[in-house]
Amino acid sequence: MCDTCGCNITPGNEHLVRGDGPLARTADGRAAVTVLQCLLTENDHQAAHNREHFDQHGTLTLNLMSSPGAGKTSLLEATIDALGGRLRIAVIEGDLETENDAVRIRAKGVPAIQIATGSACHLDAHMVHAALHNLDLDGIDILFIENVGNLVCPASFDLGQHRNVTLISVPEGDDKPAKYPVMFRAADLVLCTKSDLLPLLPEFQPESAERYLRNLASSAPFAVLSTRGPGHLEPWLEWLQEELTAQRARLEQGLTTKSGGQSAGARLHTTEAGGHTHHHHGHVHGHHHDHHHS
Amino acid sequence: MHELSICQSLLDQVEGIARQHGASRVERILLQVGPLAGLEPALLMSAWPLAATGTVAETAKLVIEPAPVRVSCLDCHAESAATPNRLLCASCGGFRTRLISGDELLLARVELTIPDATTNPDG
Ligand SMILES: [Zn+2]
Repeated sequence: MCDTCGCNITPGNEHLVRGDGPLARTADGRAAVTVLQCLLTENDHQAAHNREHFDQHGTLTLNLMSSPGAGKTSLLEATIDALGGRLRIAVIEGDLETENDAVRIRAKGVPAIQIATGSACHLDAHMVHAALHNLDLDGIDILFIENVGNLVCPASFDLGQHRNVTLISVPEGDDKPAKYPVMFRAADLVLCTKSDLLPLLPEFQPESAERYLRNLASSAPFAVLSTRGPGHLEPWLEWLQEELTAQRARLEQGLTTKSGGQSAGARLHTTEAGGHTHHHHGHVHGHHHDHHHS
Repeated sequence: MHELSICQSLLDQVEGIARQHGASRVERILLQVGPLAGLEPALLMSAWPLAATGTVAETAKLVIEPAPVRVSCLDCHAESAATPNRLLCASCGGFRTRLISGDELLLARVELTIPDATTNPDG
């Protein structure tokens, strides 16, 4: 089992990937090296480092993902309006959908760092790490990372966040979880946004969206909300408060957590767990078996 | 698409392994990619030459093995085949399942030509 990243070698698939020893020989005499290493190892190491940084500052970090225009920035603005008085919030802005996203957030009196993603279709752990050099996390309760508006690529890259929040807006259609299973399986919370449009778009059935989500074996909470009008954000604000409380309880016990819905929701110790089945490659942390024979 | 950045990290890993074993050439690279890995094998295949050109892995054959989607039920403990957007237990229909195969994104095996090894006479 690879504890560092999302990819799993389990008793169920082990026989498919395991060869015949670490350095076997093929029929035509080539050396065959069995590796069994996740392709995202480097990103995942950086993500683990970012997570440690968040934990050291007692910050809860949430990765917001959605299609373009699903309302991530509006949600952040409304959230800051609702909670800014009692919680300290910071934002890493990775969505270049509008160049003014960070400006909109800063106008609310909240520190916001814009990542220049160029043509990148997702944020990765290294980009977030670089942004952290320009962001003072001391005293920050919640850091929101607004990922690039895309339901495919961001799902594959751990940034070091504690939870993934995926938005699905009413105009997009209720079958988005069925079309983007990787993204929605990774969600720890799914927010159905722009519910004020439900009367205009009766073909969007929140129950269907939730059913498609459950078909992915996800038990992530599903909440319907709107940033327009008072009182519509309550389930989201309550979830934030619960997660913040849970994060503080974890930190007291020296634990951390990784996003990823039910698939990787297990608690991990802050030091990376051993037991990697990785071979033949550099930095494997917490995995030094020094046997001293006399 | 993020396949090019995945190719870059694949190349970094493969080059590291080739260096470690003193290989002159990488002949074959075997990946295990499940349908829930979030990666399009065809796009990966087309991005690979861009990353590999001019490296020790330039002529390597990239092989991508699919992995089956399988779940294990937390309620009735049955193990069953599933599809990427329907990960329910085939036995009891429940949604409390755990994915046991299907999200792999693994570099499984690398085959190398190692100058010393190939000139070694066999036994
Ligand atoms: Zn079952």
